[in-house]
Amino acid sequence: MVNLLWAGMILVAIIVAGLNGRSSLITQSIFSSAEQAVVIALGLISIMAFWLGMMKIIEKSGFIHVIIFFLKPLARWLFPGVPAESKAMNAMLMNMSTNFLGMGNAATPFGIKAMEEMQKMNTRPETATDDMCTFLAINTAGLTLIPTTVVALRAATGAQNPTDIIGTTFIASLSATVAAILLDRFFRLYNHHKKNERR
Amino acid sequence: MNLYDLLTNISTWAVPCIIFSAIFYAYLRGIKVFEMFVEGAQEGFAMSVRLIPFLVGMIVAIGLFRDSGALEILGNALAPLLRTVGIPLEVLPLAIMRPVSGSSALAIATEIMRSNGPDSLLGRMAATMQGSTDTTLFVLAVYFGAVGIKKTRHALTVGLFADTVGILVAIFISRLVFSS
Repeated sequence: MVNLLWAGMILVAIIVAGLNGRSSLITQSIFSSAEQAVVIALGLISIMAFWLGMMKIIEKSGFIHVIIFFLKPLARWLFPGVPAESKAMNAMLMNMSTNFLGMGNAATPFGIKAMEEMQKMNTRPETATDDMCTFLAINTAGLTLIPTTVVALRAATGAQNPTDIIGTTFIASLSATVAAILLDRFFRLYNHHKKNERR
Repeated sequence: MNLYDLLTNISTWAVPCIIFSAIFYAYLRGIKVFEMFVEGAQEGFAMSVRLIPFLVGMIVAIGLFRDSGALEILGNALAPLLRTVGIPLEVLPLAIMRPVSGSSALAIATEIMRSNGPDSLLGRMAATMQGSTDTTLFVLAVYFGAVGIKKTRHALTVGLFADTVGILVAIFISRLVFSS
C-alpha cells in the first residue's frame, strides 16, 4: 500500500501539473523537497545524540524502572512477543511515556531504538513483525496529554485561552488510539487464523 | 490551580524533571554518567543518516502532490460528500494533510486559526484536529526506515484508520463543546 500511495501521488501530481500548465514547477518542487528532507534528517542528529546519551544513562542506572512502573502491565498485553525485561520493551515504554507528555522530539529516538531491538529478534528482516505493527499503530494514533505545538500556535495567533483545546484533543487522540489497537488486534487474530488454516 | 494550569506545568517541567532525576539517580548509584552519555550519543549520527533515503522519497512525493494542484482537486471533488457527513469545507485540506505531512498540516491549522480567529469554532476545531492524531506516513517512514523494513503489512491501514477516527471525533467533539 505504501508503494501504491507513493507511486500514485507522484504520477497523479505530474499529470495534474501538466494539465495545469505547472510542469515547470515539477523539477523545482523535487529539488526543494529533497533538500528539506535532508535538512530534517540532519537536524535530527543533535537531538538524537543527546537523547541516546540520556537513554544510556537511564538504561545503565536502572532508572527506567521508576518511570515505567505503571505502563508495564498494559505494554505486556500489547506486545506479547517482546520479553518484559528486554531493551526493546524499555525503549518502547520510554517512547510511549514521552509521547504521552507531548515530548515528540524526545520520543522519536526511543521509538527508533525500540524498532532496532525488535529487528534483532525478527526472523524475516524485511517484513514487519506483529509487535512492530502494534507499536506503529500506537505511535500513529499519537495519544497526547499535552499537544505542545498546537497550544504554542494558539497562543501565537492570539487565543484568549490557548490551552482550552487540551480536553477535546485528549478525547480525540484517545479515540484514535483505541481504534488503532482494536483494528491491530483484529489483524493479528485474522492473520493467526489464516496461518493455522494453511497448516 | 485549575486543571489546565496543571497540565501546562506538567508539559513545561516534564523534560527538565526527567533529565534531572535520571542524572541524579544514576550519579548516586555510582554510574560514570558522562562516559555513559558519550557512549550512547555516538549512535545518534548513524541513526539520523540512515533515515535520509526514506525521508527524501516521502517528502518529494508529498511536495509534488501539493505543488501540482492535485491536492486541491481532490479536495474539491470530495466537497459534496463531506457536506453531507458534516465536515466543514474549511477544515477539509487539514483532514487530508494530517496523516501525510505534519508540518504542512500544522501550517494549514495555523492558517485556519488566523483567518477565522483562534477562539472561533473552526479555529478550535482545527487545533483539536491537529492534535488528535500523529502523522502516519512520517511515523511509518521513520520507524520502518530506520531498520530497513520494506513489507509493512497492515501498519499503514491501521494508521490511516486511526487518523480517520481521530479527525472525525475531533470535529464531532469540537462542535459539541465549542459551538455556543
